[in-house]
Amino acid sequence: MSTATSTPVTPSGRLARPAGVRRASAVTAVAVLVVALLVAAVASVLLGARWIGPTSLLDPTSPTHEIAAVRLDRTLLGLAVGGALGLVGALMQGLTRNPLADPGVLGVNAGASLAMVVAISVMGVSDMRAYVWWAFAGAAIALVLVHAIASVGRDGATPVKVAIAGAALTAAVTSWVSGLLLVDRKTVESFRLWQVGTVAGRGDEVLLIGLPFLLVGAVLGLACARTLNALALGDDLARGLGRHVVRDRLVVGVATVLLAGSAVALAGPIAFVGLIVPHGVRALVGPDYRLVLPLSLGFGAVLVVAADTVGRLVLPPGEVQVGIMSAVVGVPVFLHLVRRGRIGAL
Amino acid sequence: MPDLPALPDRSRTAGARLRTERVTLGYGDRAVVTDLTTAVPDGKVTVIVGANACGKSTLLRGMARLLRPTGGSVLLDGEAIASLPSRQVARTLGLLPQDPVTPEGVSVVDLVGRGRHPHQGALRRWSAADEDAVAEALRLTDTLDLAERLVDELSGGQRQRVWIAMALAQQTELLLLDEPTTYLDVAHQVEVLDLLAELNEARSTTVVMVLHDLNLAARYADHLVAMRAGRIVAAGTPAEVITEPCVSEVFGMACRVVPDPVTGTPMVVPLGRAARHRTQEVPA
Repeated sequence: MSTATSTPVTPSGRLARPAGVRRASAVTAVAVLVVALLVAAVASVLLGARWIGPTSLLDPTSPTHEIAAVRLDRTLLGLAVGGALGLVGALMQGLTRNPLADPGVLGVNAGASLAMVVAISVMGVSDMRAYVWWAFAGAAIALVLVHAIASVGRDGATPVKVAIAGAALTAAVTSWVSGLLLVDRKTVESFRLWQVGTVAGRGDEVLLIGLPFLLVGAVLGLACARTLNALALGDDLARGLGRHVVRDRLVVGVATVLLAGSAVALAGPIAFVGLIVPHGVRALVGPDYRLVLPLSLGFGAVLVVAADTVGRLVLPPGEVQVGIMSAVVGVPVFLHLVRRGRIGAL
Repeated sequence: MPDLPALPDRSRTAGARLRTERVTLGYGDRAVVTDLTTAVPDGKVTVIVGANACGKSTLLRGMARLLRPTGGSVLLDGEAIASLPSRQVARTLGLLPQDPVTPEGVSVVDLVGRGRHPHQGALRRWSAADEDAVAEALRLTDTLDLAERLVDELSGGQRQRVWIAMALAQQTELLLLDEPTTYLDVAHQVEVLDLLAELNEARSTTVVMVLHDLNLAARYADHLVAMRAGRIVAAGTPAEVITEPCVSEVFGMACRVVPDPVTGTPMVVPLGRAARHRTQEVPA
């Protein structure tokens, strides 16, 4: 048995490296995350059409204090929405074992959009508090519908069928949204800014309304790591390991709807963050969801805040919204994942 | 290898830990296994054989409580398995399905570690016992040297050994495997079956598996169950079950049964059409 090559076992028969978590790469990833978060957050407050000094945030008499306060709100909202999107992407990919899963790709954003347009134009809703519930309902219905459509047929909801169903639903729903907006000018006004996906100019009360839902969704989602590690091996094996697959799916689904619904209600539909971030994280630390979930949350926050900051700088004095920035970066990554031909390997 | 008295099935398996009692299993309204009573002898290797779509995998799935019986029951230690807590079952009875999913980029040691799932909980995290179980599973399956490798990079035979290591890390006294040799070439089939036979001997793990190859089934089974159209046609030692009339009834195929030149277990030689033509040409 003894070989000259380095075997990962100590003489006592113990594994040289603990099997529980890949600690070395995890520590590196967390260190990178902390630095990236700090840099992104500080840059987001200081940089923009106009550079402001770090002191103006704390000094109410500073002439740039107002700008600093607005940028702080925007940064906090970006962190919250980005974290939610990163985590929800990882959850959806784990739930469906589909590397293409993302609230934008699977029609969740479109469902929430339609629900909000209906709320504004048909129901006359104008209160942010009520938007959130409509966004949740739309997100949940879209999620269920896409899976129901994809499940038709012999082989059930394969990753490719789910992605196609999501794309089809998105196309259909988007056209309904456009149709509703065409006949209703007033709604266009209140919907236009929301539709592009941005964390700018939402104000801090918006964040406060969404925050409880985000927090509950995040806690519930992060608690699903062990569940997803078992589900990743296939439904049969997950049952063999003692999981209640249907119940588990429901819990992950509720977390998904809470996170995706509130992210859409807060910032509008931002696609591809949930797609890119978990793939990057998996490349760093492997497929263990105990690491993938929290790191996806963190790096999602970094990506949205960074994209928002860059969007402020590329076309001065104008801005490119986060939703557009993330699509610019996200589409090539999406195509790369599709072309690599390893769909369904999760 | 099997050295059991040629007694009727029931007397040998009375009080077995895993039994089915008049169980009916199926998908939707369609019953695949009907009114089936059998018992898995403790500490032995049981192999279920039968033609395609005869219900052998369905029976195994029912025993592993992946399917809820529509009639009768599957009993584990005398209690209906469907009513037992999932985690308790998962600590007693391990399962390796036919097509487990390999998470992309998973390392061998991470995958095997996931077999510890039923021994952990929200509060009870990774422990020294988990560590030891994983190391032992890797050692038993001779995959220690692969521990840090990615499962995607392994050969089919190595990969199957890793999956068996995962099932072993679960440390169950019963182990159910659905066609563990599918997709493997004959050398790797024998390697995997040898491994399971050794585990059965070393740890007295009760092994139940579905196999396609009758001759390998005859070689490795202590107890053989032959199924046709959702029912058991014959059960017993390979010598009792593998007879020319029985093979003909189970598979609808004419054959000769001769002793395996290596183990002496029965070996099935299909007649087939081509063979018949040729024997006619050769003078007796």
